[in-house]
Amino acid sequence: MPEPPIKTEAHSGAEPVKALRPMLEKARIMNEEEIRRALTRVAHEIIERNAGPEALVIAGIRTRGAFMAERIVQRIEEIEGVVVPLGILDITLYRDDLQTISKSPLVRATEIPTSIVDKNVILVDDVLFTGRTVRAAMDEIIDFGRPRTIQLAVLVDRGHREFPIRADYVGKNVPTSKREVIKVQLVESDGVDAVLLCELGEGGDE
Amino acid sequence: MSSRPAAVRPAPQPMFALRKSLLGIRELEPEEILEILDAAESFKEVQSRMIKKVPALRGQTVANLFFENSTRTRSSFELAEKRLSADVLNFSVSTSSVAKGETLRDTAQNIEAMNVDMIVMRHASSGACHFLDRHVKGRVINAGDGSHEHPTQALLDASTLREKLGRLEGLRIVILGDITHSRVARSNIFLLTKVGAKVTVCGPPTMLPPEVEKLGVRTSTDVRAALKNADAVNVLRIQFERQEEPLIPSIREYAKYFGITQDKLQDLSPGMMILHPGPMNRGTEIEHSVAEAHSETILRQVSNGVAVRMAVLYLLSGGEVQN
Repeated sequence: MPEPPIKTEAHSGAEPVKALRPMLEKARIMNEEEIRRALTRVAHEIIERNAGPEALVIAGIRTRGAFMAERIVQRIEEIEGVVVPLGILDITLYRDDLQTISKSPLVRATEIPTSIVDKNVILVDDVLFTGRTVRAAMDEIIDFGRPRTIQLAVLVDRGHREFPIRADYVGKNVPTSKREVIKVQLVESDGVDAVLLCELGEGGDE
Repeated sequence: MSSRPAAVRPAPQPMFALRKSLLGIRELEPEEILEILDAAESFKEVQSRMIKKVPALRGQTVANLFFENSTRTRSSFELAEKRLSADVLNFSVSTSSVAKGETLRDTAQNIEAMNVDMIVMRHASSGACHFLDRHVKGRVINAGDGSHEHPTQALLDASTLREKLGRLEGLRIVILGDITHSRVARSNIFLLTKVGAKVTVCGPPTMLPPEVEKLGVRTSTDVRAALKNADAVNVLRIQFERQEEPLIPSIREYAKYFGITQDKLQDLSPGMMILHPGPMNRGTEIEHSVAEAHSETILRQVSNGVAVRMAVLYLLSGGEVQN
């Protein structure tokens, strides 16, 4: 039987990827400085597009999206002097592949500390790939109430969408092949800020 | 917000999620118990949402087979199943073919022929769930079998203890009542001793099973002495329906010597938790005023019951059945 798809550290969100395959680092796409600047620009764009921070809720998708959301909240505070509410989404229970994976994945809490009714909710994730994670996150958000808008901020958009989903705020667009993997590392989880382009070794599933 | 997701270490490999069924606490490793309790915390949050429902079990069918009367546990399981978006089939003995003489195995296999993924069963015979598990391919969750086990009750008791006291390890817990006939007591003894709590079982000598100390608990027939220094007491309902012959001279005498009364609590720490699996016999095992004063905890057990059952259903639901 083939290995069931499992969410791995090297991979963001709910998209399945084969685990335990060797991964070769091909290029360093962003360093600490570039990540910092990209998040600062995204914070500015969020404020500009929403005419201020008043009706915002920043909601990060576990795990790295949550850390990015925390940083964006800090940036907005530095720029506008306002602390916007921060939420953390765990989309595990909304995944569309729960029926096909070998065992129920670890579920952790979703924390939305404020009402999102009539708010502009900014979903934050590290990598936008198939769009399945974002679909799950939108479904989860809507279960908390009816937001005025849902917008999407990502650090890297790598293409290969499987759903009609696009990002409103993008740190960097990185055209990739499907064999490649974007690995986002953040200080909070990995001890270092970097975005790497990697390639899966032989024994591919495509 | 201060809490930050712990992602530095990779998550430990869950083991309970690999099981076919939940038949009892006795078979579980301590890590599996904590795995269920941790998952239950996530499901407590779901209860507070505007839409109290997640799509995790969409497309799965769960049959509730209750061969014994139960309102509380059956409703709790049904709500847990519905809040996970499962399709629910309720099967109660009075409306079923069991009344016409069908065997348990035939009933179960008929239900399974309808492509049911999980069966939640309560049965008057100890071991009925183990029997069922051997004869069906689907997953089985024990909702109470005879005087054997009631695993989800012990899990919700533990979840409530941990929520209020912050831990389970090292806690001093008294289980009070008819220990011999209580599946709640047995599951609680297994669970609490596995996670490192110190358990004392207390009741009249006729209600304490011989050699119960071999399960790693202390025994006492003196409520006041047992409650001294306890962090919590789990007060069992006196189940007259399970006693073949009377084990106590009278209800009044039990209430006087073993009932939890204000008088017995007087010299104890007001922080001591009082749990009750319900339904309460006010005036027998618990005095009315005590029940009132501790109703928050006792109702919290009911709320946590739904979250714990959601956790068990979710964790077992994944993937293919392994041996």
